[in-house]
Amino acid sequence: MALNNEFLLEKLQAQFGAAILGSEQVSDYLNVEIDAAKNAEILRFLRSDAELNFMYLTDLCGVHMPDQTNRELGVVYHLHNLEENYRFRLKAWLPILDPSIETASDIWAGANWMERETFDFYGVIFKNHPNLKRILNVDHMEFFPLRKEFPLEDTTREDKDDRFFGR
Amino acid sequence: MVEAPDGIEGQGFFATSLDTVIGMARANSLWPLPFATSCCGIEFMATMGSNYDLARFGAERMSFSPRQADLLMVMGTIAKKMGPILKQVYEQMAEPKWVIAVGACASSGGIFDTYSVLQGIDKIIPVDVYVPGCPPRPEQIIDGVMRIQDLARSESLRRRSSEEYKQLLASYNIE
Amino acid sequence: MKDMQEQSIFGEEHVIQDERQLNTLNLGPTHPSTHGVFQNVLQMDGEIIVSSEPTIGYIHRAFEKLAERRPYYQVTPITDRLNYCSSPINNIGWHMTVEKLLQVQTPKRVDYMRVIIMELARIADHLVCNMVLGVDSGALTGFTYMFQERERIYDMYEEICGARLTTNIGRIGGFERDFTPGFRKKLEEFLAGFPKRFDEFDALLTRNRIFMDRIIGVGPISAERAVSYSFAGPNLRAAGVDYDVRVMNPYSSYQDFDFMVPIGTAGDTFDRFSVRQSEIRESLKIITQAYNNLPEGNFFADCPEFYLPKKQDVYNSMEALIWHFKIVMGEVDMPPGEIYHAVEGANGELGYYLISDGGRQPYRLHFRRPCFIYYQAYGEMIKGQMLSDAIMTMSSMNVIAGELDA
Repeated sequence: MALNNEFLLEKLQAQFGAAILGSEQVSDYLNVEIDAAKNAEILRFLRSDAELNFMYLTDLCGVHMPDQTNRELGVVYHLHNLEENYRFRLKAWLPILDPSIETASDIWAGANWMERETFDFYGVIFKNHPNLKRILNVDHMEFFPLRKEFPLEDTTREDKDDRFFGR
Repeated sequence: MVEAPDGIEGQGFFATSLDTVIGMARANSLWPLPFATSCCGIEFMATMGSNYDLARFGAERMSFSPRQADLLMVMGTIAKKMGPILKQVYEQMAEPKWVIAVGACASSGGIFDTYSVLQGIDKIIPVDVYVPGCPPRPEQIIDGVMRIQDLARSESLRRRSSEEYKQLLASYNIE
Repeated sequence: MKDMQEQSIFGEEHVIQDERQLNTLNLGPTHPSTHGVFQNVLQMDGEIIVSSEPTIGYIHRAFEKLAERRPYYQVTPITDRLNYCSSPINNIGWHMTVEKLLQVQTPKRVDYMRVIIMELARIADHLVCNMVLGVDSGALTGFTYMFQERERIYDMYEEICGARLTTNIGRIGGFERDFTPGFRKKLEEFLAGFPKRFDEFDALLTRNRIFMDRIIGVGPISAERAVSYSFAGPNLRAAGVDYDVRVMNPYSSYQDFDFMVPIGTAGDTFDRFSVRQSEIRESLKIITQAYNNLPEGNFFADCPEFYLPKKQDVYNSMEALIWHFKIVMGEVDMPPGEIYHAVEGANGELGYYLISDGGRQPYRLHFRRPCFIYYQAYGEMIKGQMLSDAIMTMSSMNVIAGELDA
């Protein structure tokens, strides 16, 4: 049977039931929201099941929505089945006080650095990651810069006067 | 061809001041260290190519080892992570050395007024010539090198051991 | 010495004899052959590399955070600086993402014009990669001759947008001006003269005994590992997987053109080099087809709320000036939405994940950068190889530091 939105949702709901929290068609992608505690099992199923066979992890990134209480940090997976040419998006939301989720780096080797980048920017802890440390910023940085509460500029710089920059 | 400096000529001899001769020699054989980090580095490759040809100005031999270079050309954004490395490369160079900051990012941080970018390399090392642009055209980079040549030609031989220069280095915490 | 003969350099397990100490060698971040700043600390047993640990982030410029501060038009100059060897592809990809969000349909002429510019950028990028691969193995002549071709491509960009390298080309909805007669002349001269000059460059390297010995069998990766590492672009196609975004998810009317997607077999450096050489020829075919069949029509879409007015009007009429100001400063309402759009950059699938909450700036903009993703595999590719092979592998992967760190 051809791989499309209905088939995918049927299979996921049959296998995981309650862990699939919802789905929505946004533009030309299906967004599936899952329970963060089960993400490793769901991803493993998506990768290894013969009919779904999502062999390509296009992207793994983070989002910060400070208004959603208890679901502030999101991890977004874009998956792609190269043979059937079908893509969809998977999201898992985490509370900001305890943002930990299972790693996907044993399922797709490419997830390794993508998870390190998400940790660097948002502070999402990936359990059982082989080497979870900062990748793009300096190692001793104490905050997670892409969270909404942190400013873009280095506030300690003296040469640029914020009045002239409209801030 | 370079013009001979002013001096007293005669059959088989030429007399001029030591400063002038050494200045002329230094200016016309600057060995650059291309510290190319990003987009300005590609414009540097264009400057070294056959169309704009920086080699005409004596910069034929790119030295990637700081110990053998005269001119540190910093081309591209310097992030805070890269700062200590730039300083280490600068300290390894032997006197006399000149620094040219190519591009807006090296001069002042450029369009990247962010938490991770150093707002200008003159925060950590003394700079002689700034070449603005994003990226500057090869003609502008050549103009910058020509200004360095003017500086090299007219520099006093005693400058590098003078009190003023030592204070300049001390202000950057460079020994 | 007997031990050396037992080892293979084709990635099989290297056996370290007892009582041998490993040598630590620091490659980078400033090194003549790392094209861009990234560091690799290699553990070596003599000449053979046993393990490596990469460090990146030496040019992290916080693009994603910067994009959250800037209105949509002001994000285009940032996208320039991702893969700066082929900036038009980045710019046009971003404009297409915004057009998807706004549901703006561009006329066919715009699509064909975009294809011509993107394929020129692809040629420029592949030329740089292969020239520099030659330089790293000692063949400096190719660089000197082929950089002239890049200069010709720069001249063509200047005709359209005024800039050479970081082009900031195009508008949301199309281009700022139609192809000028100067551009047409330069493009025709390029199409006439480039194939012959490129054949000379090809003849210099492709069947050159020294070059072939240097790069065949070096830095191999299998197709399964490449897919697992989310490789994309010429690196993935060299490993044997025919995944090209232009074919799989066509955008900008790519489905109208007839072109081949070259595939390699072994995934080693020679295959990557050859795939790029072939892709340059395919790009020439596409440009010729697009230019000969350029449809009539407008060079911009009909979306006056997002398309900047003509410069002549901006300088002479008050309304146009106000409109220009409003659009650039982001005072125009953007619809909320969530878009992922991918284009085939010179290095592979360059993706833009945009979340808009209706404000004047993107709420979240994430760049799916192919260099960042495939550089992870570098350690695995050079394990068991010699140091000089490691340098050649790095050059052939075309790692651009701007795209690596963003």
